[in-house]
Amino acid sequence: MARNIIIAILVVVVAGAGFWGYREHEEKNAILNHTENTYQRAFHDLTYQVDLLHDEIGSTLAMNSTEKLSPSLAEVWRITSQAQNDLGQLPLGLMPFSKTEEFLKKVGDFSYQHSIRNQEHEPLTDENYDDLKTLYSQAADIQNELRSVQSLVLKDHLRWMDAELAMSAGEEPLNNAIVNGFKIIDDKVSGFSEVNFDSETEHVAGNDEKIYERIKDEKTITKQEAEEVAKTFLGRSALGDVQVTETGEGLDYEAYSLTIADRKHNTNVTMDITKNGGHPVWMLNERDIDKDVLSLSEAADNAKNFLETNDFNDMQLVDSKQYDNVGVFQFVFVDDKIRIYPDEVVVEVALDEGDIIAFENFAYLANHKDDREFNLELTKEDAEEKANGNLDIKEHYVAVIENQAGDEVTCHEFYGTIENDTFRIFINAETGNEEQVEKLPNPEPVYH
Amino acid sequence: MKQNHTKLSVIQLIIVTLFCVVSLTIPQSAEAFSDQVVQRGATGDDVVELQARMQYNGYYNGTIDGVFGWQTYWSVKEFQKQFGLEVVDGVVGDKTKAMLERATKYDKEFVLQNLREGRKFTYYGGVDKNIQRGPKGSKGQPKKQPKDDGVEKQQEQKQPKEEAPAPKEEPPAEEQQPQAKERPVKEEPEAPAEESPPEQQEPAEEPTPEGAEEPEEAPEEPEEAPAEPEETPEEPEAPEEPEEDPIEEIETPEEEEPEAQDDDINIEKAMNVPEGFSDNDIQLMAQAVYGEARGEPYEGQVAVAAVILNRIESPIFPNTVSDVIFEPLAFTAVADGQIWMEPNERARKAVMDAINGQDPSGNAIYYFNPQTATNKWIWSRPQIKQIGKHIFCE
Repeated sequence: MARNIIIAILVVVVAGAGFWGYREHEEKNAILNHTENTYQRAFHDLTYQVDLLHDEIGSTLAMNSTEKLSPSLAEVWRITSQAQNDLGQLPLGLMPFSKTEEFLKKVGDFSYQHSIRNQEHEPLTDENYDDLKTLYSQAADIQNELRSVQSLVLKDHLRWMDAELAMSAGEEPLNNAIVNGFKIIDDKVSGFSEVNFDSETEHVAGNDEKIYERIKDEKTITKQEAEEVAKTFLGRSALGDVQVTETGEGLDYEAYSLTIADRKHNTNVTMDITKNGGHPVWMLNERDIDKDVLSLSEAADNAKNFLETNDFNDMQLVDSKQYDNVGVFQFVFVDDKIRIYPDEVVVEVALDEGDIIAFENFAYLANHKDDREFNLELTKEDAEEKANGNLDIKEHYVAVIENQAGDEVTCHEFYGTIENDTFRIFINAETGNEEQVEKLPNPEPVYH
Repeated sequence: MKQNHTKLSVIQLIIVTLFCVVSLTIPQSAEAFSDQVVQRGATGDDVVELQARMQYNGYYNGTIDGVFGWQTYWSVKEFQKQFGLEVVDGVVGDKTKAMLERATKYDKEFVLQNLREGRKFTYYGGVDKNIQRGPKGSKGQPKKQPKDDGVEKQQEQKQPKEEAPAPKEEPPAEEQQPQAKERPVKEEPEAPAEESPPEQQEPAEEPTPEGAEEPEEAPEEPEEAPAEPEETPEEPEAPEEPEEDPIEEIETPEEEEPEAQDDDINIEKAMNVPEGFSDNDIQLMAQAVYGEARGEPYEGQVAVAAVILNRIESPIFPNTVSDVIFEPLAFTAVADGQIWMEPNERARKAVMDAINGQDPSGNAIYYFNPQTATNKWIWSRPQIKQIGKHIFCE
């Protein structure tokens, strides 16, 4: 009797466990399937978009008139971003699969430049047409490769999940058809990625490269000198031990990374100082700031004094914001009353003691010069006419900004409102082009 | 004639003196601004008061949220201009504050309580406060916004009518002139009283009694119901009355405790967001940073946040915060679910520092932990530096 009961219980338990296990298995399968389907969709969509891209570039080539060209290039641009989006969803994160993305980016930049930005002012040149032809044939190559991977995937029921598992296990996924297929595509693209696109879409030098160019001829300093620079820069008495390391080859310019004990707050100040010329690049002091005693405007004064003691002269505060108990201040260089946005530094001030807790100098270091020339051909009124008529203009400045092509341009800077939103627009003071339009952020409600 | 003149000016003088005394003795000083200068970008109670006072006299139509944003800035400038202040700079210093304190009232209780309860509310002078407050928790619901905005607009339109009394807060009619005079910096005495109304005076939809506009509101607040009868709805601002409308008295009991700590933080208001990033972006990045680098030095956390931003900028990665973070296999914390842990303040601060331009990584777009990295390819990247356990590379 007892035995029967035990058997019965066991049967129930085993059946229950079995059922539970089955359910778990089902669930896991469902999730795996779902993920796999997401990948498949992204992949097949990518193939489709590249097809479209090829066709659309082709028809662009066939067109003659500006009015038709522009929408067609806009379409190319739209397709490109769709394809980029698909590509971003595929599990290719850690493999050297960047060339195809770069290709798409270039196509996107090119079509954007010529359709939306300045078709009116600068119609396509012959070189542009040649570039477009090159892009056309490259798109064809990518299309072919994608097609062949796609047919493999469909024929052999290849699964992206397998590729992903192989990659996340850290194996060299040499035996995975999908990954291999994509590697081939990427190799192909890298073969032709060095096409000379027109100057506008060519690589714009980043701050790091510019910093390197600017300071490469300056005197090299030693670690000891870097320590001195740091202490003068920080201007604090309670500074303790300093550790200095050097940055590696991955950074365009050479720099010392310093970690300096801040005895007063029992924290570390970290900063980078360039080897050439000994310029502080950035500085951070992480410490707890529990209260705000100072107002933002007092803190702004501290920031300004800090800049002046460190020879950043003629700097103007252009934006200030309080985040919790920290004031963040954006300063730009002012030359002849003109705001030079590329020469920007950011200073953060703790609102409890008013000390400087962060400083960032990348842009200023890369761009600053005293002898700029300004092209002011349009008056404020001329420029205002170019602005959107709905904009209720409230403030005006003259400013230099870096435009999309990476060139410095002199602009009329307008702040204006449409209903409750504030916009900032830059009108090129030489050509009247609308260089930049942005909606400035409104405070954000706390949602939770 | 001459006599008349002197007589008049004597009267004026007396009135001016009287007014000064009155305005000094009015208990407002207890409720008034701290002595800090308030400028764009600031947050906190001074900003709440500023926005409330600016709304009271109809210069500010935005939400009272404690963040000195652009909308507040423009209304301060407009106020400074209309009230003849010498400096129209949008910075709220002593003179602007003094002028605001004189021209408006501030019911701190009412405003702070509404903020605390997360209500959508307005604070227009001369409008019955009962109809200015929305239901509890009505604020953070973006969907309702359009509707609520409509309500705000209506109130704002009614404004001019009931608003008229606000500027002439002082005793009866004869003072019109002197009152104008004793404002410190005036070139055009009449300007404030006359010029401010036209701004909001588009339509003249007069007779609608306020109650009619939002019939739903009243029933929704049963606690407030008793207060209504006692009020003379059309003229609630017996201006000189030192204590405020009866509502407050009724509500005092429940308010008392929160009052004690209301001077700062735990009031849910709005916050500053950096250009181009929503609070949700920041939260997501903070989660990623926390999941990836919570045991790391602060500098290392800023660097991880900077890598995310560098990827967004880079042509070979996606272009949005979420796309970069959720790109398959890009971050281990995403793959193993650690991204769903609640990040701490430090991670969030690191993200803010990175967004504000800090980049200790040296413009890196990859990083890895040399102890655990299984992918051989990553070692082939040109390295920039090591921070804590992570090697950052190009």
